[in-house]
Amino acid sequence: MATTITMPQLGETVTEGTVAQWLKSVGDSVDKYEDFVEVSTDKVNAGVPSPVTGTIRELLVKEGETVATGTPIAVIDEVGAASAPAPAPPATSAAAAAPAPRAAQPSPSAPSPNGSPAPAASAVSELELEGALRGASPAVRRLAREHRIDIRAIKGSGSNGRVTADDVLAAARTGAPTPHAPAAAAAATVPPGTRTSTYAQPIPGTSISLVQARKIIAERMVESKHTAPHAWSMVQIDVTNVWKWRAREKDRFERETGYKLTLLPFFIRAVVESLAAFPLMNARFVPATAGGPPSIYVNDEVNIGIAIGLPANLVVPVVRGADKLSIKGLAVKGGELIDRARKNKLGVDDLAGGTFTVNNNGANGSWASAPIINGGQAGIVTMETVLKTVVVRDDDSLAIRSMMNSCLSLDHRVVDGYVASGFLAELKRRLEAMGPQGDL
Amino acid sequence: MAVVSSTNSTVMNNVEAVRATLYEAMKNDERTVILGEDVGARGNVFLITKDFIGEFGERRVIDTPIAEASIVGIAVGMAMEGLRPIAEIQFADFIYPSFNQIVGEAAKIRYRSNGEYTCPLVIRTPYGGGVRGALSHSVSIEALFYHVPGLKIVAPAFPDDVKGLLNAAIDDPDPVLFLEHKKTYRLIKGEVPDGHYTIPLGKANIRKAGTQLTVVSYGLYLHWALEAAERLAQEGLSVEVLDLRSIRPMDKTAILNSVEKTRKLLIVHEDNKFGGIGAEISAMVAEEALFSLDAPIRRLCGPDVPSMGYALPLEEEFMSSPAEMADAMRAMVKF
Repeated sequence: MATTITMPQLGETVTEGTVAQWLKSVGDSVDKYEDFVEVSTDKVNAGVPSPVTGTIRELLVKEGETVATGTPIAVIDEVGAASAPAPAPPATSAAAAAPAPRAAQPSPSAPSPNGSPAPAASAVSELELEGALRGASPAVRRLAREHRIDIRAIKGSGSNGRVTADDVLAAARTGAPTPHAPAAAAAATVPPGTRTSTYAQPIPGTSISLVQARKIIAERMVESKHTAPHAWSMVQIDVTNVWKWRAREKDRFERETGYKLTLLPFFIRAVVESLAAFPLMNARFVPATAGGPPSIYVNDEVNIGIAIGLPANLVVPVVRGADKLSIKGLAVKGGELIDRARKNKLGVDDLAGGTFTVNNNGANGSWASAPIINGGQAGIVTMETVLKTVVVRDDDSLAIRSMMNSCLSLDHRVVDGYVASGFLAELKRRLEAMGPQGDL
Repeated sequence: MAVVSSTNSTVMNNVEAVRATLYEAMKNDERTVILGEDVGARGNVFLITKDFIGEFGERRVIDTPIAEASIVGIAVGMAMEGLRPIAEIQFADFIYPSFNQIVGEAAKIRYRSNGEYTCPLVIRTPYGGGVRGALSHSVSIEALFYHVPGLKIVAPAFPDDVKGLLNAAIDDPDPVLFLEHKKTYRLIKGEVPDGHYTIPLGKANIRKAGTQLTVVSYGLYLHWALEAAERLAQEGLSVEVLDLRSIRPMDKTAILNSVEKTRKLLIVHEDNKFGGIGAEISAMVAEEALFSLDAPIRRLCGPDVPSMGYALPLEEEFMSSPAEMADAMRAMVKF
């Protein structure tokens, strides 16, 4: 019996998906619940599990193609029913849909203790990798995937010749088998071709083929910079008191919640209060369409995106209803999102619906920056590094204060300097009024 | 970490550390009350409260009848009304009659009264085997209680932790079950900082750093795990030993950080394996760090039998040993 698989709906607000990568080819067998395709929407990649055990008969959508949810993307012949005549497949499939003979599959050879000969010097295909990974520990699987290593080419140093996580890392480092391998296994040396230049591990003199997420980042950045005329402004904020407040609460907070208490939730709190005073900063420009003239839509929700840089990606998870959360609530929600972002576990809905973005840019010492607006928003504001600075106070005395710059990029179609500087002044006033004590 | 107000320290064993800490608590805070079987005239069966009754009087050092439900029940009332009771269950094996008072009352007071009342109660009890204690003086009880939200459980292994954690338990506004492994009472000696200090509940401690395997343990077995890890070090194998110290709240971060470093996890405890502390740790690591694991998680725990027998071979069969732990560690490092 043939089962037609459709593009799944990944998240409530999602209406289409892109086939990022087929993990199976026509003729491959697939187990029930085994991922057979990687689908990407916005910035999330998700594997889609097969609902049945069987053989891939047909792939209906090309890699990189975007289709509406519910569109058929593949046909799978269920196991045990293959001999029965398949019902007429969807219109797009034709005679070419004849299942490839199973013998055409690469046989998934188990890692051999003697070091089986290395596969051809070409880059490891997904398929070969899949076969090679069978029986490997979760850590080995993850590392082999990350470093594009064919573990069949490695001599395992574990019990019964098992390839260990350290073996994979050693192979990734040296491009050669681990020192445990006998000289006779020299043939098993990982050919240089098996190492592919990636964004996380760039190799000089090579090109990196972009994963879907990086393609989208590139498109979005260009789009924002081209369509939204960026203007920029900066204020200097005295965070001495809020810094003291944080210092007083941080140990207890971490003990109680498991999350680190950073300056971020205090900052977000001040941002949402300032957005309430300047609703135009929480708006978006709606271009003219055939249906009507251009307009500015003022959002009723305050959803704050937090820009998080990862080694190979940039994600902006969203704290929804940020105006309804206390500093403590923001800290927990923010901590949770950052945690999941770092573990690559963000869901589609975590990334959707942002109305304004905060970028904590100061962690590595940046003193000022000109961020690019997240498309469809009026602005993005940064937290730069906190520096102890000698300041001259109103009465001409000198004081040592903890100062932080905050930089704002704004969409000049939505707001002018008047509103933007009012917003920044409000942000400064509110942050400087926080602490040195109080309830989180 | 420990907030130490003095840089001097004194060498003492675990039982002396309990005694010294209780003495300071009695001296420093009039609200502190000790109650239990034989804690007064007899000065406790391990002489922990010897002479306390003479110095602090029988209104603050209370000999109770052999009635554990009453001991904890009365202590709950004292705690709710502003005293700082430290109740003693003479041996953990006798704690069962007070299960309702601990689980049904103490742990739920704060929730039940919508925060109006708290229950700053410490229940101390000696537990564990290896002392020919047979059916009624050998049991481990932590897994019976760690399922219960609202209850904190502490099981220190070293004298400095005994003092810091007991002080933290006494200061804590909610009920704390304080478990003292009786075989370590006089066996384990160590430097204990002078003066008052606390160690936060819920923080584990790396007692030995290593790179090839994480071993999580507590109590007596923690010492044996350290001994086994030392043996492996001589073979050139590097094992990290994490002293859980607090069973609940559990220091997930410390466990996950260590496992992400070593990629292998062995949990060692004396309490029965089925549904034990190791089961929770295993599940948590499988949920949070599966893709860091380079070997199946392993638990080396008490067998699922009702008790350890009095006969030495039966006790030895129940208890693990440094040698057995070393074998398990070696197999995992070499996996």
